[in-house]
Amino acid sequence: MSTSSQDNASAYWAENLRIIITYLSVWFVVSFVAGILFVDQLNAIPFFGFPLGFWIDQQGAIFVYVALIWMYVSSMNKLDEKYDVHE
Amino acid sequence: MSLDLLTYLFIGGSFALYIGIAIWARAGSTKEFYVAGGGVHPIANGMATAADWMSAASFISLAGLVSFIGRDGAAYLMGWTGGYVLLAMLLAPYLRKFGKFTVPDFVGDRYYSTTARVIAVICTIVISFTYVAGQMRGVGIVFSRYLHVDINTGVIVGMAIVFFYAVLGGMKGITYTQVAQYCVLILAFMVPAIFMSMQITGHFLPQVGLGATLDSGMSVLATLDKLSVDLGFAEYTAGKKSTIDIFCLTAALMAGTAGLPHVIVRFFTVPRVKDARTSAGWALIFIAILYTTVPGVAGFGRVNLIQTINGTDDANIGTEYEKMPTWFKNWENAGLLGWHDYNGDGKVQYSAGAAFDGKGGKPAFDGDARGEFGERAVTNAKVNPAPAAGAPFANEVYVDRDIMVLANPEIAQLPNWVIALVAAGAVAAALSTAAGLLLVISTAIAHDLMKTCINPNISEKQELLYARMAAVVAILIAGYFGINPPGFVAQVVALAFGLASSSVFPVIVMGIFNSRMNKEGAIAGMIVGLGSTMAYMIYFTFMGGSKDDLFLGISTGGFGFVGMILNFIVAYVVSMMTPPPPAEIQEIVENIRVPRGAGVAHAH
Repeated sequence: MSTSSQDNASAYWAENLRIIITYLSVWFVVSFVAGILFVDQLNAIPFFGFPLGFWIDQQGAIFVYVALIWMYVSSMNKLDEKYDVHE
Repeated sequence: MSLDLLTYLFIGGSFALYIGIAIWARAGSTKEFYVAGGGVHPIANGMATAADWMSAASFISLAGLVSFIGRDGAAYLMGWTGGYVLLAMLLAPYLRKFGKFTVPDFVGDRYYSTTARVIAVICTIVISFTYVAGQMRGVGIVFSRYLHVDINTGVIVGMAIVFFYAVLGGMKGITYTQVAQYCVLILAFMVPAIFMSMQITGHFLPQVGLGATLDSGMSVLATLDKLSVDLGFAEYTAGKKSTIDIFCLTAALMAGTAGLPHVIVRFFTVPRVKDARTSAGWALIFIAILYTTVPGVAGFGRVNLIQTINGTDDANIGTEYEKMPTWFKNWENAGLLGWHDYNGDGKVQYSAGAAFDGKGGKPAFDGDARGEFGERAVTNAKVNPAPAAGAPFANEVYVDRDIMVLANPEIAQLPNWVIALVAAGAVAAALSTAAGLLLVISTAIAHDLMKTCINPNISEKQELLYARMAAVVAILIAGYFGINPPGFVAQVVALAFGLASSSVFPVIVMGIFNSRMNKEGAIAGMIVGLGSTMAYMIYFTFMGGSKDDLFLGISTGGFGFVGMILNFIVAYVVSMMTPPPPAEIQEIVENIRVPRGAGVAHAH
């Protein structure tokens, strides 16, 4: 590999890591902070007939996971184009 | 048409479909056998992954589990879906770029070590076998309940079907059969759920229905909370387990999900890295359809169950045994329900607390002997039991959690075709997962052991033959466990997740994200993670370890998370004290981080 393509690869990887960290933070906050650690506090808030904590636990988190994966897919597709490493 | 005839038609029809697909999609090469030729469309692969993933446990047991434990069931709901976020972002695209057939392939090549490969092979085989035994059992239960055949006959029929399409079709046959199985199982899960939601709340979607307000002016969940508390159970929407235990259990199930070999291998079957990511997205959509419906099914089922048994008259709780609906007696005959009339009023009454002595509160039936009211006689009835704390009277009924999904359509008095459809769906869920697991086992033996470790000179034809023979042996062993199930299926499945989260998941993540990780670190990490998790589980499950001695109160199911942390720490420390991996390995790592040039999955 030439130096420039190596730089390119490192820059691509750094951005890739940033994307992953961003989305996994959301994943962590929703599942563990909201869904487990503070679930009792959130349960005091009503949400369409559900206690909010219970809803996040049993349904909301799953919707967030689906959204996260698709946002990740689209971010990565853009990133692949930007660094010209797409297939 | 009678229920029996309908059930035969639905199950028979679905079997004919699976066999037809298997003949159409026969595998001719090892590449087709292991990874379906690497050309599966991401949507089809997403469906196949969903069917592969959603086993008898998801279809039959999950809603029952949530129904009986309430909010704590969220650990399973989040754990078994949240793992896909990890899979999509941390594993799938890079493993696809790596482009080999199996998880041991990656571990062995990345850590340039036969020892690491063999450990990975052992993990793969143990995880897959523990899992597959439960599937065969699921098929047996459905057959015995709906087709009135012996559980063993059911297991053998299931084996024969899986044999046919897994051995003939390999991954290619399995993939396209799983697409069909997904359609059958999701239909079978959604139709009764929608019916029940309409009946109870008037809402079409169970996801919305669970939040609805009933005629009484109370919401479904508030009704459930009240019913539960009145009968001495904990509030439905409140947690019972400690926060740290739920935290660890959820994390272990997530990492375990991402580390299960039969799930990972599905991402080797798509053409490009990009497709591996998309495919994970599709898989989770297909899985989420079922998983977000589960809380609704659990909640409605619970309300129906309590109100059918205890009636809706608060002053006069209970229903006379003679007047209990047929489903109650059917499941009693199947051994999954039991009743003993402690207060001698001839009525069935349900509340908190174990109804029977020992055996986890399960009834021990006295052969075919019948009691005063025609109920099955039990040998472990309690003597003058006191009501459980908070319960108004002593509980008289044992209800097995596993019957909730299967009995729901009958409890809700849905038409016979819905019941037949549910039976076909449960069989589809069990067979699709069993086939995926059997393929992983046969690949691990033929490819990772025979071809790579023992005799690299065998031809492709021979390797394919070994793979098919291994599949046959694996089916026979799985069938044996289905007929003679170990009495601890649930614990064994927990062990599978523990192993995956404490060994497979961390070792792959480090292999991708830490190019300095070397074989010494990886092997030490795997041994520590695996060893500590297994020791903990064996000590507390089989050697009578007391609950007071649990580490920070973390149950065995959650310890996989602790094992994973130990694995990461030990691997990092050991790798820092030993020489870095050779330059060509670091180059492999650089290479898998960039999508371009994945090509098709290739052999050695």
